[in-house]
Amino acid sequence: MEFLTLLQVLDSSVRLATPLLFACLAGLFSERAGIFDIGLEGKMLAAAFFSAAFAAVSGSVWIGLLAGIGASMVLSLIHGLASITFRGNQLISGVAINFLASGLTVLIAQDWFQQGGRTPSLSGGARFNEITLPFADTLRDVAYLGPIYSDLISGHTALVYVAFLTVPLTWYVLFRTRFGLRLRAVGENPAAVDTAGISVIRLRFTAVLICGVLCGLAGAYLATGLQAGFVREMSSGRGYIALAALIFAKWRPWYALWACLLFGFLQALSLRPDAVTALVQVRVPGQFLDALPYILTVVILAGFVGKATPPRAGGEPYVKER
Amino acid sequence: MDVIPKWADAILIPLISILLAFIISALVILAIGEDPVRALQLMVQGTFGNSAGIGFMLFYATNFIFTGLAVAIAFHARLFNIGGEGQATLGGLGVALVCLSLPWPHWTLALPAALIGGALFGAFWALIPAYLQAKRGSHIVITTIMFNFIASAVMVYLLVEVLKPAGSMDPASPRFPEGAHLPRMSDILGAVGIPFSDAAPVNVSFFVALLACYLFWLLVWRTRLGYEIRAYGQSESAARYAGISPTRIILITMLISGALAGAMAINNVMAAERLVLNSVEGAGFIGIAVALMGRSHPFGVLLASLLFGFLVQGGAEIDFWTNIPRELIVVIQALVILFTGALDNMVRMPLAKVFLMLRKREG
Repeated sequence: MEFLTLLQVLDSSVRLATPLLFACLAGLFSERAGIFDIGLEGKMLAAAFFSAAFAAVSGSVWIGLLAGIGASMVLSLIHGLASITFRGNQLISGVAINFLASGLTVLIAQDWFQQGGRTPSLSGGARFNEITLPFADTLRDVAYLGPIYSDLISGHTALVYVAFLTVPLTWYVLFRTRFGLRLRAVGENPAAVDTAGISVIRLRFTAVLICGVLCGLAGAYLATGLQAGFVREMSSGRGYIALAALIFAKWRPWYALWACLLFGFLQALSLRPDAVTALVQVRVPGQFLDALPYILTVVILAGFVGKATPPRAGGEPYVKER
Repeated sequence: MDVIPKWADAILIPLISILLAFIISALVILAIGEDPVRALQLMVQGTFGNSAGIGFMLFYATNFIFTGLAVAIAFHARLFNIGGEGQATLGGLGVALVCLSLPWPHWTLALPAALIGGALFGAFWALIPAYLQAKRGSHIVITTIMFNFIASAVMVYLLVEVLKPAGSMDPASPRFPEGAHLPRMSDILGAVGIPFSDAAPVNVSFFVALLACYLFWLLVWRTRLGYEIRAYGQSESAARYAGISPTRIILITMLISGALAGAMAINNVMAAERLVLNSVEGAGFIGIAVALMGRSHPFGVLLASLLFGFLVQGGAEIDFWTNIPRELIVVIQALVILFTGALDNMVRMPLAKVFLMLRKREG
């Protein structure tokens, strides 16, 4: 593969990894607190629609972002209500949320914009524009490092940088603060946390809401950063890929970064079949690249390549002893 | 939960849950500026107004009976099979390969063979997640989700690169031979003199689905294996103590589940008379709603399938006549899953209080 082609593929890997990373860290917070969340996909989709819709109407991407996060948090609350308050099945609740988002976004989009379930195209201040980092233009001519800096590192939208900064932030919150310690404890042994006089319910709701915020960012990035507007089913399985990345990363923030970059790279490759053919000298079917994240996850889950152990209390509603 | 009598548990709670789902759906319709009463009227007219509507309803219901039973059998062993979609996709492949492999002389020979083909392919697609759950402890929900995506990629590849006849632009298999065409309801009822529209694709598979319901009941409540599956679902440790092997139960239950989902293809694929992309159309997921609503009992699954058959057919009608897109059905499906599945306790807790009060008053 030529250097420039490689750079293009890596550049689009970064863009495609961003929504995965937000959603994966969202799932990390939720699952570390013991709440399984297969509703990442739905929350992302709802956020994508509401961010695009509000950005289109108001002309401001920031209002859109807030609306997207808000929508995602509402779905998070429903998930919390079902799985924490009413101790329902977390997996079933997640499935319901995915369908709810899938149906409602098209329904509301059709009602608001009458464009067959999409929002108007966004432009200007209604979407996140690319940021050119300082000296990106002057350094472009430096061999190798120049293009890497000016094309790969510079020139992304603000949310891309936010996503990458969320990784150390998540690590810090989870592993270096009291809140993080409690949050991880509630996912491993809620009874111990309860005995210490800390509210399990409150901690879990906090985790679920953080998950909502991050899924909101993921969705908003999809509709106002990566693309210019909402189209139906635009999350197209990314929530599930993020879930796969989370398992791949063994529920750890830094591993999550690498897992999402890897899966983003695979998505970028499937957009460039010519580059893949040039690289491996055989024609690789695009469907194989599409399926690769899922296949890799199954392999990891099978425990043949390192064991992925989920948080121990994951999926179990907490019942105080009477 | 002895507080709630059995009849209330089996009938009242699902009814309240569904009612809640429909009330919220009506509010959604109101919120987008349409009239829910008129929408319901259109749905009823479009379904029961003529025999074609009923035919489409039964056609969809047939799909949902198979996928609903698939989810239900897994529920009995406390396994959550989200992979019905992928298993039904692979089942479609199995049915198509059987139908295309021989110049079938008559459908009576083609149907059993296709049924076995679909069931085997569906079961095969459930086998790996089942094995991983039983032997390696990987969560079956995650693996079955992954297998749905892998199935759709496999299907796209096979239809575009392998099965598509040379020169065709359409990603679909060749047409099945004449002998693999199933008799439609219009042929069956026409033979006994009842006129029925031949526009609807409902066919003899509907009766196979009814038979599957009966066999499901026999299996779960009248055989040793069914007892073991239920015992394992109630308490793994108790089942283990009684000498029931968890590995065996997980594997067998998931194989049956996958086979049921795969068997659905005798309806949708054989009726289409060729294999097309996305032939399952979400029926695998609707199976989850159907199994939850039907309380994993075949009779409940049958009723829930008919209801969802009505919703899908009615949804197409209101999509056509009003400004409500057919995605409304997805919303209703989501609400049914939410209320009958995840928010079960929300209905159950207050109801338990009511029954407790009534009991105290009696005593």
